[in-house]
Amino acid sequence: MGTGQQAATRDVITLKGSSSIVGEFFSYAVNSILFQRGLYPSEQFDRVKKYGLTMLVSHEDKVKGYISAVTSQIADWLQTGKVQRVVMVISSLATKEVLERWNFLIETDREATETGATKEKSDKEIMQEIQAIMRQITSSVTFLPHLEESCSFELLVYTDTDLEAPTSWEESDPRLIKKAQEVKLRSLNTKIHKIDSLVAYKVDDDSNV
Amino acid sequence: MNFDVANMLVLGKENSHSQQQQQQQQHLRYDCCQEEYKKQLAENLLKDANILHKESRILAFKNRPPPPPEGFDKESSLLYSENTAPGASRPRKMFRHIPQAPERTLDAPEILDDYYLNLLDWGSNNVVAVALGHTVYLWNASTGNIEELMQANEEDGPVTSVAWAPDGKHISVGLSNADVQLWDSLSLRQVRSLKAHSARVGSLAWNGPILSTGGRDNVIFNHDVRIREHVTGKMVAHQQEVCGLKWSPSGQQLASGGNDNLLHIWDAAAAVSGGTSSYLHRLDEHQAAVKALAWCPFQSNLLASGGGTADRCIKFWNTHTGACIQSVDTGSQVCALQWSKHERELLSSHGFSQNQLILWKYPSMVKMAELTGHTSRVLHLAQSPDGYTVASAAGDETLRFWQVFGNPDTAKAAVRTKARETYSALNSRCIR
Repeated sequence: MGTGQQAATRDVITLKGSSSIVGEFFSYAVNSILFQRGLYPSEQFDRVKKYGLTMLVSHEDKVKGYISAVTSQIADWLQTGKVQRVVMVISSLATKEVLERWNFLIETDREATETGATKEKSDKEIMQEIQAIMRQITSSVTFLPHLEESCSFELLVYTDTDLEAPTSWEESDPRLIKKAQEVKLRSLNTKIHKIDSLVAYKVDDDSNV
Repeated sequence: MNFDVANMLVLGKENSHSQQQQQQQQHLRYDCCQEEYKKQLAENLLKDANILHKESRILAFKNRPPPPPEGFDKESSLLYSENTAPGASRPRKMFRHIPQAPERTLDAPEILDDYYLNLLDWGSNNVVAVALGHTVYLWNASTGNIEELMQANEEDGPVTSVAWAPDGKHISVGLSNADVQLWDSLSLRQVRSLKAHSARVGSLAWNGPILSTGGRDNVIFNHDVRIREHVTGKMVAHQQEVCGLKWSPSGQQLASGGNDNLLHIWDAAAAVSGGTSSYLHRLDEHQAAVKALAWCPFQSNLLASGGGTADRCIKFWNTHTGACIQSVDTGSQVCALQWSKHERELLSSHGFSQNQLILWKYPSMVKMAELTGHTSRVLHLAQSPDGYTVASAAGDETLRFWQVFGNPDTAKAAVRTKARETYSALNSRCIR
């Protein structure tokens, strides 16, 4: 990335390229959230260098498998332009109550999906935007309520009604939070896909002075 | 629901036409409202309004991710225990819960209400030694058993200081007659007597086999309790009674505080030099007697000292350079200080007017808790070997135990996450 010979093609973004960038972003973001929110023990995570940061990625087979299956499918769907948003739901293992929802709203450029037109944006800029979101995810623990109990997570994908889904996917309810507090995070724009992120979390009922 | 029909039938056919029209209009309006309502309902159901205003289906991958492993401790999230919620919502509790009431209160009848004595100590064997008048009692914190160690004669007593030796077996007792006795707490027998002072021995401090004793004769003697000629060093500098004496955890430095408002730092070599030695530092910033002394367990060369009624300050010193790093006015005479072994916290005990114990966060010196209960100045503090409980003794003849430095049960879980802490240190530090 950024070497002389690639300078010519560096700034061009294709639909396929953008989808793969976004898919990869989701994969790392989900891993990061899993680590930061303490859903799985930190021993299960490895450190890898990505986006100019040290990202924590789970090496546990099932978790890894789930995330890669979902994000690769999302990347495919992104190419059709029919994905509206991706939501990571964190809910209590015991009560099934939803405690946190990480929303990634997606807007796909019509031109790119219909005509296959390419856009221009430097890799560096995209990486910086992703970096900013990753940092925000890490620092969100400063305001997110402590997850007291064991939690499980799930990835939901909001798509257009006419999208073909393989049988490995099923319909789900939105799994909303009853009384949520929302915090908007930064956005990512590859010029073909625009991702707006926000985290909604359950506000505690017991008020502490 | 054919209300219009029913209406018509009830009201008769004369007004039927206009009514019908009216009702039709109403119907239309109602239908419109319904549609709007339905739309709004739909929008609101999908919490954040669907930007594209398109119908969408929500898909979830059938193969759900695995649940977290059994027994995976959520306590690891203690890393992030200092959460604050944004603006409007109320802040979460920042610190751990510190019980406001003592977990136990024991009777301490006849305890002398004298600022310059050190009548309480907690040994590594988890036994609390307290001097009540002429008698020294041992209270076993594990079993609750009480034993009388020794009782001094009328003319020898009262007992003016007690200090457990690091081995947790032997205990040194200073008396009003200037004698220092060494007792074996298991056999309840006196092992030896160290005579050197010419006035009551109000302060004692151990450093391995060396026992330092401070007396009203303004002198500090250092004794090697293993050898016959036990006096190995003499430190003369104070001009009045030596009421505070503490060795640093490294055993390299000795801090002594006196009624002359001075704080002296001595080198360990001076303790065994044989003759009279000179001090490393002479710190005169306190405006009253310096009795409260405590060496920081997590930072070497850091000493905290507290001043009496006219001073009321806690001062922090770099004992290497002799510089005063920080000074905090507490508003009340400082009788004793204890550092937490687990967190960066300091506990101080006070006299008039609240007779409280204050838990401070270090180095911000923010008050984390104020524990009241004693009805007389809290003269003595001693810490349990596990570092979670502090015993306080006051002139109100009570001995109170406070679980102020944490909970030993939650700490066991925290120990398991020790390994994880270092691993995720990078991320946690970024947040702070």
